[in-house]
Amino acid sequence: METKLIDAIGYDLIVNEIPEGARVLDLGCGDGSLLVMLQKIKKVDGYGVEISPEGVSACVEKGLYVYQGDIDDGLSEYRGNSFDYVILNQTLHFTKRPKFVLAEIMRIGRNAIVSFPNLGFWKNRLHILCYGSMPQNNFLGEEAFSTINIHYLSIEDFTRYCEMHRYPIKRELHFSLMPRSSASKIVTIFPNFFAQYAFFVLDGEKFTQ
Amino acid sequence: MNDASTFPSNSVGIVRTKYFTFVQPPEFLQLVSGKTLSPVTLAYETYGQLNERRTNAILILHALSGTAHAAGYHSPYDRDPGWWDDYIGPGKAFDTNKYFVICSNVIGGCNGSTGPSSINPATGKEYGLDFPIVTIADMVNAQKYLIDHLGIEQLLSVCGGSMGGMQALQWAVSYPERVKSVIAIATAASLSAQGIAFHEVGRQAIFRDPNFNGGNYYRGNPPAAGLSLARMIAHITYLSEKSMHEKFGRRLQNSDLFSFRFDTEFQVESYLHHKGLKFVERFDANSYLYITKAIDYFDLKAEYGGKLTNAFEHVRADFLVIGFTTDWLYPTSQSREIVNALRVVGKNVVYAEIETDYGHDAFLLPNERMERDISNFLKRQLEKANSAFA
Repeated sequence: METKLIDAIGYDLIVNEIPEGARVLDLGCGDGSLLVMLQKIKKVDGYGVEISPEGVSACVEKGLYVYQGDIDDGLSEYRGNSFDYVILNQTLHFTKRPKFVLAEIMRIGRNAIVSFPNLGFWKNRLHILCYGSMPQNNFLGEEAFSTINIHYLSIEDFTRYCEMHRYPIKRELHFSLMPRSSASKIVTIFPNFFAQYAFFVLDGEKFTQ
Repeated sequence: MNDASTFPSNSVGIVRTKYFTFVQPPEFLQLVSGKTLSPVTLAYETYGQLNERRTNAILILHALSGTAHAAGYHSPYDRDPGWWDDYIGPGKAFDTNKYFVICSNVIGGCNGSTGPSSINPATGKEYGLDFPIVTIADMVNAQKYLIDHLGIEQLLSVCGGSMGGMQALQWAVSYPERVKSVIAIATAASLSAQGIAFHEVGRQAIFRDPNFNGGNYYRGNPPAAGLSLARMIAHITYLSEKSMHEKFGRRLQNSDLFSFRFDTEFQVESYLHHKGLKFVERFDANSYLYITKAIDYFDLKAEYGGKLTNAFEHVRADFLVIGFTTDWLYPTSQSREIVNALRVVGKNVVYAEIETDYGHDAFLLPNERMERDISNFLKRQLEKANSAFA
C-alpha cells in the first residue's frame, strides 16, 4: 500500500489546479492513474509519456494514449503552447537533461506544473547532518537511490533556477503529506524547511511571449 | 492428421479462402502509376462474426510474403495454421468471439489475388512483367472494394506488421472516415535506403537467374535459384545479430571438424538454404519483384510536402504503434518518427517499444506483451465504437 500512497503524491493539488477540458501532457505518467483521475474529474484531453513497459501496458489497459520513451523524447517537435498544462510530477529528479526538459515544457505548455521532493525539508537536512549521506527514505523513493544522474534540489534551488531563466512562477503550493494518506497539506511558513514537496505552477504562456 | 476435434480450442478451426472479383471491364482499378487494372480479384478469409451494428470489423494486412490465410487450417491434414494464428482466434489478441477479422492477399501477390502470375485478359497468357507496377496505396484501394463489398462502413481497426503496417498507415491517410484505429507494427512511413538496397540485391538475384527469361517463365522452369537467393538475403535482415548467434552460433551441421570444402557446413548456412528452398515452393518470383518495389516506393509524406505531420493532419484514427528493440530493418527510430508526427498533430497514439532479441521477425512470433497491448487497445476501441450507439 505504501507505493500506492507515494504514487498519488500531489494528485489532489494537480486535479485542483487543472481546469475542465484542458489539454494535458503528463511526463512520467507511470501507470496513468493521474491521467485517469484528470479525465474523470476534469474531462481533460490527456497524453502521457512513460519509460517503463509495465507502466505503458497499464495505461493501454486504462484506455490512455501514451508514448513509451524518455520524457524529453519528441518534445522538440511540438509547436509552442501545444498544451494547456504540462505536468512534471515527481519526475524532475530522475530526468537526465532537466535543463532541456524545463525549457521545452515552458515552450510547449501554457502552464507547467513541477512538483518534486524538497531536499531542503528539515528531515532531509537532518539526515545529511547525522549520516552524511543522501536521504533514501520513502519520500525520495527507492528508485532514486538506484538511479544515477539524479538531480536533487530544494525549493530554494528551483526558485533561483526559475529567476535565472526568467521562468515566471504563477503559484507555489509546497506541501507535506497528511499522516498515513496521500492528501496534501499546503505549507506556507518557511516551505523550504517545512514542506516535504515542492509544487510550482509556471507560466509558460507568459514566458513564450 | 488433425480432425476438427484435435485443433487447439483457441483456434478458428477449418477456414476457407474466398474470392471477390470486381472492376469488370469497362470498369477498372486506377493505379497510382497512371496504369489501370481490370478485372481484379482479391483472395480473402474472414474469421468471427460481423455484429449487428457492424462495429467490430478488423482488417489484417499481411507483409511481403504473406497470404490471406492468417489463421486456422485449410484442411484437417494441415500441419501449420495461418501466418498469424498466434494472434487471431477465440480469446486471442484479435478475439474472434468479439471481432470480425478479415485478411486479404495484396494485389501483385501470388496467393489468389490478381498479380503477375494471373492471366492477362488481353493476351490470354500470364501478365509477367506486363503487370503494372502497384503501390501500397493501390493495394489499399483494392482492399476498399472488398470492404465495401462486405458492407462495412467503418473498420474498427486496420492492423499489420512490416509492409502490413505500411498499408495500415495508408488506410488511415487515404480513407480517414473509414478507419477508427490503426495498429502499425515494426513498420515505417518509408523504407530506409538500407532496406531498398537489400530489396534491390534480391531483385537482381531474380533478374540474373538464367530461367528468368524477362519474367516469362510460367510455361518453363521458374527462376528458383534467384528467388531462393533473394529470400536468403531477406531472411538475414529479418533476424537480429543476437538471435542468429543464439540460434546457430558457429555450430557446424554434421561434424565438429572443418571439411575444407565449400559444402553447406555451418548451421546458419543450412538454415538459409532451407528457407530459400521452402520459399520457392510457395512464392512467385515476379510477385517478389512487384511487392518489394511497392515497399520501396512507399513514402507517406511524399504527397504532403515531405512532412509526415501534414500527412497525418486529417487522419481520424487512434493509433497503436509497436516497435521492436532489435529490429534493424524497420528500426524503432522509424516507429518513433510516425508516433512523434502523430503526437504533434494531436492524434491519439500509443507507442509501445517491445524488448526482444528476435529482430524484425518478432511481429510474427508469440509475444505476451504485444498480445496484451493489442487486446487492451482493441477492447477500448470497441467500447468507444459501441458507445456511439448508446
